[in-house]
Amino acid sequence: MRAFGRDIPIMFALVFWALAWEIVGRAELVFLVPPFTHVLAALAEMVQTGKFQDATLLTFESFALGMGLALLLGIPLGVLMGRVEAAEKLLGTWVNVFVSAPLTALVPVIMILFGLGQTTIVVTVMLFAVWIIVLDTQAGIKHVNPSLLEMARSFGASRLDLYARILLLAALPEILAGVRLGIIRAVKGVVIGQLLVSIIGYGELFELYSRNFLMEQFWALTILLFAFAMLAAELVGWAERKVEFYAGARG
Amino acid sequence: MKTSGTTDPVETATKPDGIVQARGISKTYDGGIQALEGIDLGFPKGELTTLLGPSGCGKTTLLKIIAGLLEPSAGTIIVNGRAVTGPGPERAFVFQDFALMPWASVLRNVAFGLELRGVPRHERHVIARSHIAKVGLAGFEERYPHELSGGMRQRVGLARALAVDAEVLLMDEPFSAVDEQTRRKFQEDLLHLIQSENKTFIFVTHSIEEAVYVSDQVVLLTPRPGAVSRVIRTGLDHGGSPEELRRNKRYLDMVEEIWQMLRGYLV
Repeated sequence: MRAFGRDIPIMFALVFWALAWEIVGRAELVFLVPPFTHVLAALAEMVQTGKFQDATLLTFESFALGMGLALLLGIPLGVLMGRVEAAEKLLGTWVNVFVSAPLTALVPVIMILFGLGQTTIVVTVMLFAVWIIVLDTQAGIKHVNPSLLEMARSFGASRLDLYARILLLAALPEILAGVRLGIIRAVKGVVIGQLLVSIIGYGELFELYSRNFLMEQFWALTILLFAFAMLAAELVGWAERKVEFYAGARG
Repeated sequence: MKTSGTTDPVETATKPDGIVQARGISKTYDGGIQALEGIDLGFPKGELTTLLGPSGCGKTTLLKIIAGLLEPSAGTIIVNGRAVTGPGPERAFVFQDFALMPWASVLRNVAFGLELRGVPRHERHVIARSHIAKVGLAGFEERYPHELSGGMRQRVGLARALAVDAEVLLMDEPFSAVDEQTRRKFQEDLLHLIQSENKTFIFVTHSIEEAVYVSDQVVLLTPRPGAVSRVIRTGLDHGGSPEELRRNKRYLDMVEEIWQMLRGYLV
């Protein structure tokens, strides 16, 4: 970033808005916005409580399980749809509907099906993340250069070789893009699921803080979640950049 | 079929003998387009045969049928006396668009055919390195395809085909995606390769000069559906210097003669 002919460090935006927040908070303009330093203090205090640690564990577990399921279902389904035209015709429309549908509306139905527990959260996370993974995997598989497949066949590749040594690797940039977007959606899923169920994990904490107007704790938890979502997406983004060099190099 | 004045290098009889034989090969695609019709051809061992013809005459289709990558609608390909049912270790393919794995180093790309055959890592790397050196890419083993020029990429494709030590090398317009200078150098290197490797080459090109320059035998195909129009023995000495060959009167006459035959197919 550059302004007035000078380089501005990326951290500047963060510092600037933290400062603005602090000033608004100190001026006591809005009850909802306590000073930023107070939020940080609340954050430091919060992470030490057993209640928070239990909620974090539960949230991470639901997130990891749901995301794992989304990968386990999404990638094979995407590969299938990329390779078999009948599967694409049968499922393509639905995947596209679900990718853009407001899935929050379905969470109450999931609650009825799976009860007010962790299973509902896991299913919600999976449902939020899986569709974009399917879609991007399919796109990646469909764009694999057909002559790479011919090449492998001409050197005696088996069916398994074609998938393991060519298709999945050639589609990796798209698959990773899908996983990154899936993770961002999964974070939304885990929060929305817990908020709607509202008796477990961070949902319970959010409910507690907002009901009792504990705004410092509320913001602390929000900041933590935002940071996690960014960090997780950034991590996959880093892996993505490692394979980026060949995403463009394909004919 | 038009038959203009024939001179001594032209021979119309095409007895299907040789290491690779095409017997009654026809190919009709699903859409009903007929690409090839009744191809009978023999490819003599240790020679380079070029399939030459206008765009869409099915020359690449024929090559892929020989490779076992496509199935003919009728007819059989015989290699070493056995009917072809799919790709086999005695045939190796060089692709027009190189078909290199962008995620793999030059070394791994060249060793890929051996990797698929289960050759142990160390052994296949030793073999791959020697072929990388043979095509003039020593020192580039750890580079990736996107770091190489078009000509270098095709050398990798060639090294990969050589590494599996197949008797028959199938080359689909291997030099069409590289620039003119590289192309000439490539053609000269190919001639050295033929001299030293004692392999059978089947080569597809749309360039008349290239066909005559590198071939012992040129097969002219008619436009769709592709059928054998002529089989021409070039009778050129490929062992001499490239400069001599390019100025050779027989070479120049033959290029002109083939052009006269082919121009009849153009609209």
